[in-house]
Amino acid sequence: MLDLSVAFNRYKFLGHEFLTWLWYTIESDVKTLKEVVPEISALGIGSRIVIENRTTDNMESITIRGDDAGLEEGMLALKKGALVAEMSLEMKTGEFEWRFLLKGESLDLSGLKTPETEGLASRGTSEEEQDGAVLEKIYLYEKAIGLVNDLYRHFIRLRVSRDWDQNIIPLLKNWVSQSRKGQ
Amino acid sequence: MGILSSSAAITRYRVEGEIETHALESIEAGLRRYTITEIDGEDTERSMGWTSFGRPFAPDFTDSAHVVGAYLVFCLRMDKKSIPAAIVKKHVLAAESAKLADTGREHLSKNERQEIKEAVIARLSRRIPAAPSVYDLIWNLEEKWLWFFTNQKAANEALETLFSKSFTLQLVRLFPYTIAEGGADLTPEERDRLPELTPTRL
Repeated sequence: MLDLSVAFNRYKFLGHEFLTWLWYTIESDVKTLKEVVPEISALGIGSRIVIENRTTDNMESITIRGDDAGLEEGMLALKKGALVAEMSLEMKTGEFEWRFLLKGESLDLSGLKTPETEGLASRGTSEEEQDGAVLEKIYLYEKAIGLVNDLYRHFIRLRVSRDWDQNIIPLLKNWVSQSRKGQ
Repeated sequence: MGILSSSAAITRYRVEGEIETHALESIEAGLRRYTITEIDGEDTERSMGWTSFGRPFAPDFTDSAHVVGAYLVFCLRMDKKSIPAAIVKKHVLAAESAKLADTGREHLSKNERQEIKEAVIARLSRRIPAAPSVYDLIWNLEEKWLWFFTNQKAANEALETLFSKSFTLQLVRLFPYTIAEGGADLTPEERDRLPELTPTRL
């Protein structure tokens, strides 16, 4: 196995490609989304997306934020060879909603908000109540982490397959160019 | 930003290494051995160690409160005393002046000045309380994964070092390559293709 710090830096592009593929999948391939994460009733892009272009000597970065922000600038950046470096996601199962920011290079989650739990108020009371609150939160965190794992597992299988070059890249290129024409 | 916070940051790890037959006992021994040491009133500037979840300032690993269902839940605590540079400078200058007056000399050697500075920092450290940072973690022994509730680089590096020392197990941070290599159920052929991947240009 490669040294971890070497592997982190050399293959961080996989995380950026994953988030770019995920953006495409959310916008244009709902069927795949339903197959990979059938228990999720809705998955959308949240209020923040960071796009980086590492193909030039100087790394260029665009941050789009705000609930009503348009993603057109992001699409233009993709056309120039950029990839998604960070993306906030909103997922729903039934009436429950999770929000978090996913960083491509590490797949770390931050700003993770789970559905409200009654157990939160019980912290500091009895040990049993605190354990209950912790177990409830673990269950909710597992939902968000499970989503990321399932989607990434699907992506990486595609990525190491011939399907990536033969079918997925043309689809992604077409998605980027069509989006641009639509402006 | 911990487990029960309304907003959390999570860094994920895979736990590697052989856990002994009496896993819980040996882990508890590691927790007790490397429990955070209080440094208030001491001349030490930093301290790092394990502490209990829910009672970070009264760590106790003699009961089983850190076992929650199938998980171990405890915290890494890092204490640090921050003495403003201006205060150090003020006390160093005063101490240097006092030494010059006592000895009747006009100059102090570099070593003498260094000794004075160290003594001043040690004296101030005894008077300044340490600021604690507490980071929760959840460890699933059976499935060999761990979630650490911060993305801060320094805290993650501290966790990796202390975990290895405490339990003689290794934490492998999960990121795109390590997840693909160890946690994506790839076939051996698919895994062989991983190192050969190069960036896609859209």
